[in-house]
Amino acid sequence: MSTAVSDPAKPSSAGPVEHSIRAKLTDLLRPSQLEITNDSWQHRHHAPMRATGGGGGETHFSVHVVSDQFQGKNTMQRHRMIYAALSDEFAAGLHALSLKTKTPAEAKPAAQT
Amino acid sequence: MFRTALRTSFTALRAPARVPATALVSPQLAFTRRYITQEARAKIQQAVESTPVVLFMKGTPDAPQCGFSRAAVQVLGIHGVPEEKMKTFDVLEDSELRQSIKEFSDWPTIPQLYVNGEFVGGCDILLSMHQSGELDDLLVKSGVIPPEEPETTTQTQN
Repeated sequence: MSTAVSDPAKPSSAGPVEHSIRAKLTDLLRPSQLEITNDSWQHRHHAPMRATGGGGGETHFSVHVVSDQFQGKNTMQRHRMIYAALSDEFAAGLHALSLKTKTPAEAKPAAQT
Repeated sequence: MFRTALRTSFTALRAPARVPATALVSPQLAFTRRYITQEARAKIQQAVESTPVVLFMKGTPDAPQCGFSRAAVQVLGIHGVPEEKMKTFDVLEDSELRQSIKEFSDWPTIPQLYVNGEFVGGCDILLSMHQSGELDDLLVKSGVIPPEEPETTTQTQN
């Protein structure tokens, strides 16, 4: 149960915002799993991204996090926890987070019948 | 700007219990800023109660300016939300709205969906509610779409 490295295929690609997201979410949630993917390149042509030099930027991330801190909370409450923890990043230009938030029990692959 | 025709009579009973977030404003600007914020807040409150389904998005349903907003519009379309029960606001057309809606909902990103004046969530929540069936339940319960006919009523011919 260790914190997963975001993408072993792309070493040292994580920028300061990603590091910061990882540090704050690790601190807040003590996650059993944390995957952070930088999707910014998919959005670099958006006008607002160009305006902030988003070409090589850190504006869009996908976060998949598994934590027992989510126990008893609905999706909106889980997302709010994360948004609140990252308010500095949002103020500094973080533009979009795609969130998957699960408890360890929910993360277990459901047996499909 | 805000349509009132569909507003229901119970809206007057709703107490807007949200606290203005003015903490980051310098004291010099605080008064003005707060005034604007409260005015914007009242406008948004009126807007979210004006129609059963209200979506704050980037662009318009026909020309969404962001993939997340596009996805939100498409999901609502899949569920057959009728045009007359839905209203969208383009935050790119209104920079004050773009900021104030984030404060109002305490939610930092666009799109944002309201159903019957209640904040439902953003794109991820909308998509996962779509997949789980919760969105359909919510829309039916809120009177936005008619309940789906149970499959048992389907007539089969021999």
